[in-house]
Amino acid sequence: MNQNRGDREAILGRVREALREEAPLKHPAERSAGGEPTTAHFREWLPPVGASIDERFALFAKLSESLRTELHLCADMAEVSAFIKKLAEEGNWKTIALHTGELISPLILELPPQLSPLLLQSGYDKDELEACDAGLTECDLLVAQTGSVCVTSKSAGGRVLSVLPPHHIVVARKSQLVTDLTEAYASLATKYRDAYPSMISFITGPSRTGDIERILVLGAHGPKRLTVLLLPS
Amino acid sequence: MSTIADLPRQQFQSDANRTANDAPRRAAVRRALSNYQTARDRTGATFTDWKSARASAATIKHEAVNHLDRYLEEFEQKFTARGGKVFWATDSKQARDYILNLAKEKGVRSIVKSKAMTGEEIHLNEALIKEGYAVVESDLGEYIQQLKGEPPYHFVFPCMHLRRDEISDLFHRELGTAKTDSPEELTMIARNVLRRAYVDADMGISGGNFIVADTGMISITENEGNARLTVGLPKIHVALIGIEKVVPCLADLALFLPMLATAGTGQHLTGYNSMYGGPRQPGEIDGPEEFHVVFLDNHRTRLLADPEQRDALHCIRCGACLNVCPIFKNIGGHTYGTTYQGPIGSVITPHFRGLEDWKHLSGASSLCGACTETCPVGIDIHHHLLHNRRNAAAQKPAAGEQLLWKAFSFLMKRPALYRLATKFAPLGGLLHPLVEGTAMDPVASWTATREFPAAPQGSFRERFRAHKAAKAELVKKGGVQ
Repeated sequence: MNQNRGDREAILGRVREALREEAPLKHPAERSAGGEPTTAHFREWLPPVGASIDERFALFAKLSESLRTELHLCADMAEVSAFIKKLAEEGNWKTIALHTGELISPLILELPPQLSPLLLQSGYDKDELEACDAGLTECDLLVAQTGSVCVTSKSAGGRVLSVLPPHHIVVARKSQLVTDLTEAYASLATKYRDAYPSMISFITGPSRTGDIERILVLGAHGPKRLTVLLLPS
Repeated sequence: MSTIADLPRQQFQSDANRTANDAPRRAAVRRALSNYQTARDRTGATFTDWKSARASAATIKHEAVNHLDRYLEEFEQKFTARGGKVFWATDSKQARDYILNLAKEKGVRSIVKSKAMTGEEIHLNEALIKEGYAVVESDLGEYIQQLKGEPPYHFVFPCMHLRRDEISDLFHRELGTAKTDSPEELTMIARNVLRRAYVDADMGISGGNFIVADTGMISITENEGNARLTVGLPKIHVALIGIEKVVPCLADLALFLPMLATAGTGQHLTGYNSMYGGPRQPGEIDGPEEFHVVFLDNHRTRLLADPEQRDALHCIRCGACLNVCPIFKNIGGHTYGTTYQGPIGSVITPHFRGLEDWKHLSGASSLCGACTETCPVGIDIHHHLLHNRRNAAAQKPAAGEQLLWKAFSFLMKRPALYRLATKFAPLGGLLHPLVEGTAMDPVASWTATREFPAAPQGSFRERFRAHKAAKAELVKKGGVQ
């Protein structure tokens, strides 16, 4: 960075010079009691979610459907296991990539014998991961307001396990469902404090594109399918 | 007058003419945008109060842009503490050279790129390819445009102007694939090519939608997942971002991400919204070893220095103003000849590239105000077009124009000469058919689509005098009191 010190100072200098004259604020947000513009209220302008856990879940389910996220409620881990087995048979999967974790580890032993697991660890082979039929991950949160699954490089087996295989399966608990993005960010801040993972990603439906005549096509690059298996709190 | 300075204007006029008369192309653009307004209105209506949300967004961006130095430094401090590197680029060349040197130094061979308009702005791909690097655009629309050898048509929908048969022919020609009229099959052709590109690349280059100051992160919004792969698999990640893209806090994204999605495409949230705070951290199993953020000024500070138009730097590049613009729909994206098309591009380009050469863009507006109304961060877009017109008029006009005004004022100060000149005006009308429709026609821009009006018989003064004389004659005859 030292070689660039001069340009850094020059740019910051131009910024400070430019900002000597104040620009008017044309669309002031609500003002606080002290007269200062405040943006703390924007949360209430966004789409409403509903206060109860049932309302939250209903919205998440509704959005999942329109996003083509396949949401399934599972009573226990045995049901999760059975569901994955069913998907593997239907899709004739040979390999599934996954990471270790509270919800995933118990599933590894239960995988059908014809399905070999690729346990993602440091220094994995990119080609091997690319060839996998599915990726199985946990997540940090689910967001009701947007129908999103929030993963991080810490919670979901790194940066690409949740986006390279053609079918992404997320195992989560209903208690991970938060109201909106504001609550999601607050929850991440509490969880990680100053040690955020290097990636936080809100996944909203399977990979999609509308670049050809604005016609929706799923699976432009990564997951053609996104399945969320939801366990009780 | 044909000087270098006239070139962008001439290109604009001839392209605008051609596109406005290209009915099939206009139909394709119209079709691509046909569902946009409905989807946006439907999603916008789910907001408790869109207008208040917009005021909040405008206020946050106002705070960020008006304290830009402080937030950029805060980002840099947080980001470097986590192992990232920041390079400050004054102009295109510095940004290009930094990335080229980095690629050379690290022995990079192939590069995968996700969508970055800043890359278009500094002509990054051309520079990298010239130095022998293989560069693949990974966003489907950008990939199609790269194969076609054309810049993006729209900064959110790069190939919105193409029909599926044109894309099928392009793939057939460039990739040797079988022709198809299925958008799904076409997408899968690109998918197969691009999956190899991610795995093979040594360097991933991205743009960035937001620079988050308080946590030292950049945020990338996309639908396809190509950016996630671009910055997830290669060992080096370079993000090229304009310095104005700052938001103060990570929590601010809770507002900006839904607004960007709603205004941009009518989605509640775009497919993938990802925040990256540094390269691979200790204990993580993958991610790049190095993460470089290149801050691009490239005359953004010039726009910043104009308090009247500073809010143009609030732009989050959702593309909504293009989607609703009657001019964009008729002349198309390429006509602008700019990196950023449409109303917002017409506002900012004269600041980035010079008002004299780009002032004609301020005229590319019906001043209907649809752009201003739709802007999710409340930029006063159509008034800024007027500001640019005013500023251009205040500038020293071109030599030809100056001469014309001098001749006019010379004539107007000399009534005898003026009267003489009006006598010759009908002569012009007689001579005009000789040059009409040719390059020598001085009023070609009028006569291209309209009849040139015939010069009246006699000037106003002559007719007034004749009328007065006739009236006096009547009075003399005693017919009128």
